[in-house]
Amino acid sequence: MTSTRSATLFALALLAPALIYILTIVAYPLVDTIVLSFTNASLKASYDWVGWANYQRIFGAGNFTEVIIRTFIWTFFSVSIKMIVGMFGAVLLNAAIPGQTLFRILTMPPWVVPMSIGIFMWGWMYNGQFGMISGLLQNFGLTNGPIAFLAYGDTAFWATIVTDVWIGVPMVTIYFLAAMQSIPKDLYEAAWSDGAGRFYRFRRITVPMMIPAIITMSLLSLIATFNSFDIIWILTQGGPSNSTTTMIIDTYKTAIGSRKYGEGAARAVVISIFVIAFCLVYFRAVRKLQQGEAK
Amino acid sequence: MIDRYKWYEIASLYAGIAVFLFFVLAPFIEGFLVSLKPLSQLFSTPYSFIPKNGSFDAYFTMWKSVPALGMHIFNSFFISTVVTIVVIAVVVPAAYAFARFPFTGSAMLLGAFLAVNMFSGAVLLIPLFRLMRGLGLLNTYWAMIVPGAAFLIPSSIWLLRTYMMRIPKELDEAAWVDGASRLYTLRRVILPLAMPGIVVVAIMTFIGAYAQQFIFALTFNSKTEFMPLPVGLFAFFGKQEVIWNELMAASFIGILPVMIVIVFLQRYLVAGLTAGAVKQ
Repeated sequence: MTSTRSATLFALALLAPALIYILTIVAYPLVDTIVLSFTNASLKASYDWVGWANYQRIFGAGNFTEVIIRTFIWTFFSVSIKMIVGMFGAVLLNAAIPGQTLFRILTMPPWVVPMSIGIFMWGWMYNGQFGMISGLLQNFGLTNGPIAFLAYGDTAFWATIVTDVWIGVPMVTIYFLAAMQSIPKDLYEAAWSDGAGRFYRFRRITVPMMIPAIITMSLLSLIATFNSFDIIWILTQGGPSNSTTTMIIDTYKTAIGSRKYGEGAARAVVISIFVIAFCLVYFRAVRKLQQGEAK
Repeated sequence: MIDRYKWYEIASLYAGIAVFLFFVLAPFIEGFLVSLKPLSQLFSTPYSFIPKNGSFDAYFTMWKSVPALGMHIFNSFFISTVVTIVVIAVVVPAAYAFARFPFTGSAMLLGAFLAVNMFSGAVLLIPLFRLMRGLGLLNTYWAMIVPGAAFLIPSSIWLLRTYMMRIPKELDEAAWVDGASRLYTLRRVILPLAMPGIVVVAIMTFIGAYAQQFIFALTFNSKTEFMPLPVGLFAFFGKQEVIWNELMAASFIGILPVMIVIVFLQRYLVAGLTAGAVKQ
């Protein structure tokens, strides 16, 4: 057997490229964000240390607090709907009926197709004058006139959520489906021979056995949704009148749009704090679930 | 054998699947139908789902409206391919290290890689912009490739590590006993055995890279000649008067290759998707 020491060195040598890469492209920028958030950096070459001024400004105006609250509401609805629709999809795709494989393949396009292209298609569907949703509503006489979904705050807010759900659902569905298939079959057979009906088995076996998968997926989905940029940017760019401006969009507008790097960085730091908090919850949940399995 | 479905259960299952798949596929169906409609029909009421006088004209005229379309598609492919090569080159040794040589702190390091996944490029955009500018990479392919690959590395390490852990350890040990060096063992014993796993990771990376080319390309590059498809079409999409049928036709041309990949490789995809649930 080889010595542990040389094995460790060998492992580190193998890890070096990945480590250097991530340190340069993720860790260093993270540190840079924190540093920048205390400066008044902008397009100009030089900038000064301004202490907590950026943070005072973003929280002082009240505007940013609104953005935070909006982001959480947006994320909450998007994630909850994804979980419900994903569970619905997984149950349907799990049923042993002809066409099963084809149906599973057909759920994947929103996930694999370039996100932005799916979003362009939604852009057309939401078109007020001639888009499919407005058009069908009018044809069936459900509304009097055209509805420009992206032109009003309330409808734009929900429109971006629906599109976000659409993008996330394939992933959730396939993940739930895999979790569902790993539930031991004999549990169902035992319950069945005891006379338990289909719905009873779902409620008493499937749902409880799926809880770890649901927790994992909701947390992962929470982080992804919280960070969602493309959908809102392509559909509404945060408008109309900020109704779809989430924290990421706000940061992008400040930093890249207005070239206020310092102020943007302060926003990015606040986002990072939330993301780190979600991560800690996630890691803790995973550990708990693993311990639960071990018992 | 568990109870069979009754006829009404089967009927409601199919009805449910129809509703579910309609939600999933509606934008594609509508997008495809729009690409077939003449523009005049798009902008007339009442709305009709089915095209009248449908034709593939838009698929020919779009090349004139978006002169750089072919270039955008090429760029998307090129960027995704290089990202995949970079990711595989970095991830294979790292995954092997994590799978075979757990050292003090390796679990924590693995956790740290996982945490990287939780940060989106959007959060780190400002420093990345400064970094790309500092390195003189703005307005080059590298401004999209380098950060793009970074965010695909962690989940790939996890995925491949899981795969490599399934390869019996005795094989490495037998090679060492025979006097092979560790590096030789990795190259000649592990690499061939891990090939199917590497292929899955490569496919996942390619699709991920192709699908997510937006924010870096939008921010770090303003040159048409380097623009990938999503940003190229976004410029088209952002115009005052969008030629929708051509936009949809261009979108379909752009996603067709990926669609073909999915149909042939869906088995790998499902495996990768469930094992690599850390990515979304």
